[in-house]
Amino acid sequence: MSAQSTAHSFKANATGAMADAQLTGNLKAVRQNFIDKRAKAASELPEFEALRENAKEIKNHTLAHLDLYLEKYEAKVTASGGYVHFAADAEEARQITLDICRKVGAKTVTKGKSMITEEVGLNAFLEANGVTPVETDLGEYIIQLRGEAPSHIIAPAVHLNKEQIESDFRRVHTHLDANRDLTEKTSLLTEARAVLREKFLVADVGITGANFLIAETGTSIIVTNEGNGDLTQVLPKVHVVMASIEKMVPTLEDVSQILRLLARSATGQEMSVYTTLSTGPRRKGAFSSEVDAGSREENATKKEARAQARGDVDGPEEYHVIILDNGRSAMLGGEFQDMLRCIRCAACMNHCPVYHQIGGHAYGWIYPGPMGSVLTPSLIGVDEAGHLPNASTFCGRCESVCPMKIPLPKMMRHWREREFERNLNPAIARYGLGLWAFFARRPKLYALSTRIAMKAMRLLGRGKGRFTWLLGASAWTKYRDFAVPEGETFQAKWKRERGVK
Amino acid sequence: MTTSRDNLFASIRRSLHVKGDERLRAGIVEDRLDRAPKGIIPDRAQIDAPAKLALLLEKLVGVQATTAVLADYSEVPAAVADYLRANNLPATLKRGDDPRLAACPWDKTALDVSVGRSDGGDLNAISHAEAGIAETGTMALISGPENPTTLNFLPDNHIVVLSATDVVGDLEAIWPRIRAKYGKGEMPRTVNFITGPSRSGDIEQTILLGAHGPRRLHVLIVGA
Ligand code: SF4
Repeated sequence: MSAQSTAHSFKANATGAMADAQLTGNLKAVRQNFIDKRAKAASELPEFEALRENAKEIKNHTLAHLDLYLEKYEAKVTASGGYVHFAADAEEARQITLDICRKVGAKTVTKGKSMITEEVGLNAFLEANGVTPVETDLGEYIIQLRGEAPSHIIAPAVHLNKEQIESDFRRVHTHLDANRDLTEKTSLLTEARAVLREKFLVADVGITGANFLIAETGTSIIVTNEGNGDLTQVLPKVHVVMASIEKMVPTLEDVSQILRLLARSATGQEMSVYTTLSTGPRRKGAFSSEVDAGSREENATKKEARAQARGDVDGPEEYHVIILDNGRSAMLGGEFQDMLRCIRCAACMNHCPVYHQIGGHAYGWIYPGPMGSVLTPSLIGVDEAGHLPNASTFCGRCESVCPMKIPLPKMMRHWREREFERNLNPAIARYGLGLWAFFARRPKLYALSTRIAMKAMRLLGRGKGRFTWLLGASAWTKYRDFAVPEGETFQAKWKRERGVK
Repeated sequence: MTTSRDNLFASIRRSLHVKGDERLRAGIVEDRLDRAPKGIIPDRAQIDAPAKLALLLEKLVGVQATTAVLADYSEVPAAVADYLRANNLPATLKRGDDPRLAACPWDKTALDVSVGRSDGGDLNAISHAEAGIAETGTMALISGPENPTTLNFLPDNHIVVLSATDVVGDLEAIWPRIRAKYGKGEMPRTVNFITGPSRSGDIEQTILLGAHGPRRLHVLIVGA
């Protein structure tokens, strides 16, 4: 299971959200802050439109060769001393993370802001297994204190005002003077900085997402403004990166093109404050002792030679990357492939009149706004999330601002058509059920074919309780996980048990 | 037994409808990785050296960094001491092993300079940049004992020294330099692109400086 969803009750969620005066008041910040800044940043770069076209080409090329780039990337990470793990689904990604934490006896892990760890429901899982996750992005920290999910992909606490944040800090930071003044926003920031600084310094493992993975060099990139992601990845002994397959880009030059679009589309900055490229663990040198004050006495050339022979004096000793599929590989080559170009800039939701009205939580799962309305049904199934594609006025603003030129309204229409035509079932699932009906009316044939199928499924799913894809049925399993058959069909079991009696 | 890795690659190939001979696709991928073609480079960065420096200074101010321009490295310690004093900060400084910084006449100031990584107890740090990118006012720093990454993030006040000869126009101009140093396809452990001091907009979308990283970023450009 990925993170819990309430997308099926989208209509009720949305109605509730619109009746919440505090929420709708807080959401004004989205409209006021993001739209003008993005427009200004885009207009100040004459090449912006040409860059959008080029970025789209880069991602299309990458997706068409994704298997090969992933192989190149994997080889590069390994060569730089890191480890690559592949996870089919949320459950496997969580388990790999936990195993890494257990191996080093981790008690606390710090986390950089990452939508993918939200998607797989990592925090609850780690907590249930005795590892305390600490969100360090200010917005993520605030919603973690409240036990909430992010309501926006780059501004997770955009649905809250400062009075709400103040009361959460007072409720949780009980070790601080109860009479302290927290009326200013800066005092809230300073308090969070001090509280989290302690956490950074004692964490055993740091977990971040990645905005990009570079095949040429085996590099992961994070883009942040606070610097929390960097403290998360540089201080602990182990750095774990979790990223989905479509984060791949071929080269350093390619990622530079997309970086020009990302910050401008997201916050209207020309470049976010920190763009960090990480490749492998801390470098070991011939000498690993730290520089001491005595080195001042040495002459410069001698010191330079010594420095080159020595390794890093900071950075993680282990570097792991967990590459997650969770339904994405099944989107390749189909009508929703374009969605895999998404760089999670949030421009589409910042410009969405529906999002402005209802905020992010109403969408019921991790990804809100137009990108969520397209992506969520692909990842958790149209049965659960079939209402989301209706969350559109088809005004077209999302597509016009999307830096990756993703045809969001068209894809929402695709989903609506499917939902309508197939009565909430994806086309191929219906086809599968049609086959089932055909066989069910012919008992002998049915018994035979299901027995053969069960055998094959058992072989494929060996050693695992479930599997997400299955030769010849990938479009079906994209929406539902098959339980691994227990060894015999219901019919066979029933017959056997009846025979015994 | 099939692994998740096998399943993942099989699923991608199935979705992409690729099977059998993949020499053509593999060739295309090799070629792109090899050539690393440049994309669109903004005109604003295609300018001569003095204009690049002027653009860099302008962009740095635009991202709330402060700047000073010095004639040579011998002026660095005094400039640092002045900066700390002007901001009412203690006269302490942490630096890495960078030979250009090591050779500065620190003894001519009252600064208490220590060398190495930061463990979180340093208020002020100084690093030497690999390059400065005029296009966006960005400092590029490379990890290593010369300039430990912890100095970029833990101290409250970060001073970055940049040689005027290392001012480049666009982001892509960094990559040939790194390839020349480390080899094609190779990277140092960390490359940090830093564009202004740390900030957060997470409280009611108001931008506040000094979230988790440095509250101040001061750039000293040497040799201009
Ligand atoms: S769909 Fe486009 S606009 Fe929306 S988050 Fe993704 S890249 Fe940004």
